[in-house]
Amino acid sequence: MVKRIVTGAHYGLLDWLAQRVTAVVMVVYILSLIVALLISTPHDHAAWETIFANQWIRIASFLFFVSLCWHAWIGIRNILMDYIHETGIRLTIQVLVILSLLFYAVWAIEIVWG
Amino acid sequence: MRFSIYRYDPDKDEKPYMQEYDIVLEPADKMLLDALIRIKVVDDSLSLRRSCREGVCGSDGMNINGRNGLACITPISELKEPVELRPLPGLPVIRDLIVDMTQFFKQYHSIKPYLINNDPPPETERLQSPEERAELDGVYECVLCACCSTACPSFWWNPDKYVGPAALLQAYRFLADSRDQATAERLDNLEDPYRLFRCHSIMNCVDTCPKGLNPTKAINKIKGMMVKRTV
Repeated sequence: MVKRIVTGAHYGLLDWLAQRVTAVVMVVYILSLIVALLISTPHDHAAWETIFANQWIRIASFLFFVSLCWHAWIGIRNILMDYIHETGIRLTIQVLVILSLLFYAVWAIEIVWG
Repeated sequence: MRFSIYRYDPDKDEKPYMQEYDIVLEPADKMLLDALIRIKVVDDSLSLRRSCREGVCGSDGMNINGRNGLACITPISELKEPVELRPLPGLPVIRDLIVDMTQFFKQYHSIKPYLINNDPPPETERLQSPEERAELDGVYECVLCACCSTACPSFWWNPDKYVGPAALLQAYRFLADSRDQATAERLDNLEDPYRLFRCHSIMNCVDTCPKGLNPTKAINKIKGMMVKRTV
């Protein structure tokens, strides 16, 4: 088979943009959470539960975890594209990364809503 | 002045080694290239490329004390001794300070570095307003010395797929040209996770450019154009 350099996948912009947007979402969430916790610091488990019982906090936390997973996926795929040059190995690791991130996302939802 | 220079002749040497030189400079020797020419008088086996000796041809790009630059416009007075000279990193060494630039120029070629305009040529020039011309400042001055691309880790890891800062700066040079009509094709050609999006804004290119240009800024402008046409 002819060994060609194949490029031209015609994607990349959405990921690049998503990486930035998800970063902003995470910064806003973390800063808001810090401010909220400074204003009313929970001293026991019950107080923590009350905070996360709030539907808005739950939705924000859910958005945070989705952003985190999406952001991590783009970043890790970038690292794999940079350093792992064997297509088969790269694809295998990418699939494993996607599966673990999905696992963590579901787990995080269960923790927040459970 | 003391020098430690990378030597490698694939026909004779099993592996590269560093050779020490101690030479006396003349008052007229102002730039690193002057010193190298003086070394060549003592040892004519030392190989390097140079031509215009004033930073316009881009031939004598090399790694000077750990940073890429053009020997002809690097003042001797600013160098710490012993001056360590190596070939540009990441490209195959042909001999001593001479590297094989094929890969670099292949990437340059891939961005179609020429004006694409399908209108019939006018009697005189294709005119630009002063504002349109100003868009090209900071992008047309590149001399293709490869100092930036060979300082870029993304180019080290994927030189066959990532276009690299030098060629991306040139890609923007034509995207920014009011006389060029191939904007959509040029953006299509670059919209790729490897060709453009291997740039992680490391900015070694900006740090190293001997002409003081900013490839990262140009790359971000390309990304901005893509956002504009997509969002």
